[in-house]
Amino acid sequence: MEVREMICINCPMGCPLTVTMNGDRITVTGNTCPRGADYAKKEVLSPTRIVTSSVRVNGGTIARVSVKTKTDIPKGKIFDVMKEIRAARVDAPVKMGDVVIEDCAGTGVEVIATKSVARA
Amino acid sequence: MRHHDIVIVGGGPAGLAAAVAAKKAGITDILILERDNVLGGILNQCIHNGFGLHTFKEELTGPEYAARYIARVEEEQIPYCLNTIVADITRDRQVTYINREEGLVTIRAGAVILAMGCRERPRGALNTPGYRPAGIYSAGTAQRLMNIEGYLVGKEAVILGSGDIGLIMARRMTLEGAKVKAVAEIMPYSGGLKRNIVQCLDDYGIPLKLSHTVVNIHGKDRLTGVTIAEVDANRNPIPGTEEYYSCDTLLLSVGLIPENELSKGAGISLNRVTSGPNVNDRLETEAEGIYACGNVLHVHDLVDFVSQEAALAGQNAAEYVMGQNAAQAAGHTIPLVAADGVRYTVPQFLETAGMRDSVTVRFRVADVYKDRYISVYYDDKRISRTKKKVLAPGEMEQVVLTKKSLTEYPQTERITIRTEVE
Amino acid sequence: MNSQRYEVDVAVIGGGVIGCAIARELSRYDLRVCLLERTEDVCSGTSKANSAIIHAGYDAASGSLMAKMNVEGNRMMDRLAADLDIPFRRNGSMVLCFSEEDMPGLQELYVRGVTNGVPGLRIISGDEARQMEPNLTDAVAAALYAPTGGIVCPFNMTVALAENACENGVEFRFLTEVTEIQKYGEGYELTVREAEVSETGADRTITARFVVNAAGVYADRFHNMVSRRRISITPRRGTYCLLDREAGGHVDRTIFQLPGKYGKGVLVTPTIHGNLLIGPTAADIGDKEGTYTTAEELAEVTAKSARGVKDIPYRQVITSFAGLRAHEAGHEFILGEPEDAPGFFDAAGIESPGLSSAPAIGVYLAQMIARKAGASMKEHFIATRKGIPHVAAMDRESRAALIAKRPDYGTIVCRCENVSEGEIADSIRRPLGARSLDGIKRRVRQGMGRCQAGFCTPRTMEILSRETGIPMEKICKNQPGSEMITGGV
Repeated sequence: MEVREMICINCPMGCPLTVTMNGDRITVTGNTCPRGADYAKKEVLSPTRIVTSSVRVNGGTIARVSVKTKTDIPKGKIFDVMKEIRAARVDAPVKMGDVVIEDCAGTGVEVIATKSVARA
Repeated sequence: MRHHDIVIVGGGPAGLAAAVAAKKAGITDILILERDNVLGGILNQCIHNGFGLHTFKEELTGPEYAARYIARVEEEQIPYCLNTIVADITRDRQVTYINREEGLVTIRAGAVILAMGCRERPRGALNTPGYRPAGIYSAGTAQRLMNIEGYLVGKEAVILGSGDIGLIMARRMTLEGAKVKAVAEIMPYSGGLKRNIVQCLDDYGIPLKLSHTVVNIHGKDRLTGVTIAEVDANRNPIPGTEEYYSCDTLLLSVGLIPENELSKGAGISLNRVTSGPNVNDRLETEAEGIYACGNVLHVHDLVDFVSQEAALAGQNAAEYVMGQNAAQAAGHTIPLVAADGVRYTVPQFLETAGMRDSVTVRFRVADVYKDRYISVYYDDKRISRTKKKVLAPGEMEQVVLTKKSLTEYPQTERITIRTEVE
Repeated sequence: MNSQRYEVDVAVIGGGVIGCAIARELSRYDLRVCLLERTEDVCSGTSKANSAIIHAGYDAASGSLMAKMNVEGNRMMDRLAADLDIPFRRNGSMVLCFSEEDMPGLQELYVRGVTNGVPGLRIISGDEARQMEPNLTDAVAAALYAPTGGIVCPFNMTVALAENACENGVEFRFLTEVTEIQKYGEGYELTVREAEVSETGADRTITARFVVNAAGVYADRFHNMVSRRRISITPRRGTYCLLDREAGGHVDRTIFQLPGKYGKGVLVTPTIHGNLLIGPTAADIGDKEGTYTTAEELAEVTAKSARGVKDIPYRQVITSFAGLRAHEAGHEFILGEPEDAPGFFDAAGIESPGLSSAPAIGVYLAQMIARKAGASMKEHFIATRKGIPHVAAMDRESRAALIAKRPDYGTIVCRCENVSEGEIADSIRRPLGARSLDGIKRRVRQGMGRCQAGFCTPRTMEILSRETGIPMEKICKNQPGSEMITGGV
């Protein structure tokens, strides 16, 4: 049996969670909502994160457009995702929600713009 | 002199939410004055996610959160001026602003909503000894340079202060290839949100050194390193605990100060704890018809609460302009008192005449407390209490007062919010 | 004068207030003058970190050059401020005395002041002092009051002197460090390293009939290159704290403490821009670049200031800094030619009251050199200079008119100090314009306020890059090596 303490990062409440792993059985205590339990299970089995950054814009009113992975990606892939984001370029205009990278670093997750940038 | 029903100073999250709410309440003649070249304020550079869970029930990035409010301002065709600095506000609500197109303009406002936000405490305020080289940034300045302008401020960084912007920047710099060597926090606990410590520091193995501070700054031209030392209970460095960290960047995340120069200019006195104006439950300052909301009123932890508070200010300002100012009706003023571990309350006063059915009182606590109650007293009578597993200064708390409960105690002279062990 | 064999008639080493004052006075004459400055801008050494006050002149020993230059410099300030459009105010000063036993010391100071020619001096009682300055402590027993004491902006003053000198033909070479001086005919050959021209640091030479040594804490190095009569300059570090404008009215006059049984105190003064300044400490150090503050010295500033002035709101400190006074062992200004180095003119050992004395030192040395050179006055010397308009301080109509003409005066970049984009652009475009963020700050106070450049840094960098063509990656806080960013994301 393994016991892990963690802080739920789903929302700013930051509930202190205790995860008990007994073979396949995982029990979570300390959560105030069901999302806490889901988070804890995911965090011990296959932790994921949303990655946010920015991408260079050609010909826009500003030099960069902020982006995020559309959904969370495996934590171990963060730097691979960043590598592709850093290499990416996009032409203005960009609309919020536009796909900037289709399948980022083999995660199957899109990187999308989180703001709009007009053409200069 | 030109007249507008409501003038909103600041087009950040507070100003936008106030504008939308005022419009919804029936005021069409609104003007937002924004100093930057876009609406949205600080949200534009907060490209990380985690905004909007309360307001929109989904997790947005700063620009996305701002865009939702900007879209509503545009839909409602609420006028705004960009690149515009407000130079002066008088107590009788004359607002003077400056921009390149119009020059210097003074307008008369039916109501004014202060939504100027806050600024970061600079190094100077800490009196940290050492040289004064390039490479020392407040975390928000570095955030702007990275996320809006697209520049890397440094390659090896130490962060002083564990406020949320500092934590967010620790991750941001790491993702962009910089090495963040440590975050030093003078207090025995972090000033930031717990989730940010997990996902910004722990995820990347960045040490958080609690009860530590920077005691020396090295490098005459560009920063070459800092000395960090442990501090005692009185926050004085302990000799012999000094450690040198070579770095080219020091980010400061050591507190936010509401930007109340204009409020002071209008003769509005400030609360010593919040550094914001004292307000009543309608978020009206001591100057009639001048309201305050968002970080200019008190520094918030979450933008969702800023939006809520600002919407209330917008609605109240609208009602004031439309002559529905219930404060003129019979009633009395009850001071709200912060006690026993509660540092302050916003609002600071409650005016029974104009009171809505419920009033949200926001506050912060003075220290990290475990298993405490938050209690509300009407004079010496405890009205309610809520058990909290953890209370921390980095996170804003709230209680709700209802008109119904207050009518049961019409003689109440004082409302006290306190923490209690038992 | 047969000066054809020299590239310039006079080479001035050092672009501090002394070098610039001398250069400006020299520019009245028919002389080819060149000023060599090691850093990227004028006013980057001792001139930028001092008490920013114009002393009345009672401190220095009667008959000394210090006394003479101080009193004369003080007298010249009204005219200079008017001619060069620099802010200056005679706010008056007080020297506080805390005990009966120190009274003879105060009396001595009074007599010295009168002998030195300081007008209007008065010894006043503690009560009268408190009446004039309500925030003085009850410990104040008496004070020497000097109505002619003043406050000035040392940055503005130095820049104004330099700009006016430049307009009158003085050539300024920045990032030019003198590494060697050798005799060359009747004059001198200076070896210089130009940081900008060659990154490999290849040396060049400049020949000059006369040399002025206004090199501050480094003046001993240059003096000793040409003279066997050695001098030795010890950097004396002074640490200061600057408080928010909100605290600026805490005292109206410059408040000194009489050195007494509690040692030498620190001063408390409003600055010309309305902040409150307290300091300096005095620590003799070996390092001529040792402009760092220490926790001990910062604590000393607060502890000592509280003795004479009560309730100083230390929470309102917006920055602290340290400057180095060029203390010479003899504690006297060294002005003129060493016996064994004719044509080499020292302006060395310029510690307090150096800023106050600068206008007089300029005249004194320029006249000495002109006489020796047999130079005549120029026909068309331009005596006045107009500063950059401070738009926020203007009345409404003038400000509106100016913005109508130049819209960039309507875009406020630094909101703490209310500095517009137009003013920042001006500070870069003028002759000897700013080439660094500190240069802009010293000219128009961008970033000098309570947020200490938190908000305006990115925008100011952009304007500097746009106006000068310096790429963002090369924008510096001050000299090369102080780059603000390390590259693109």
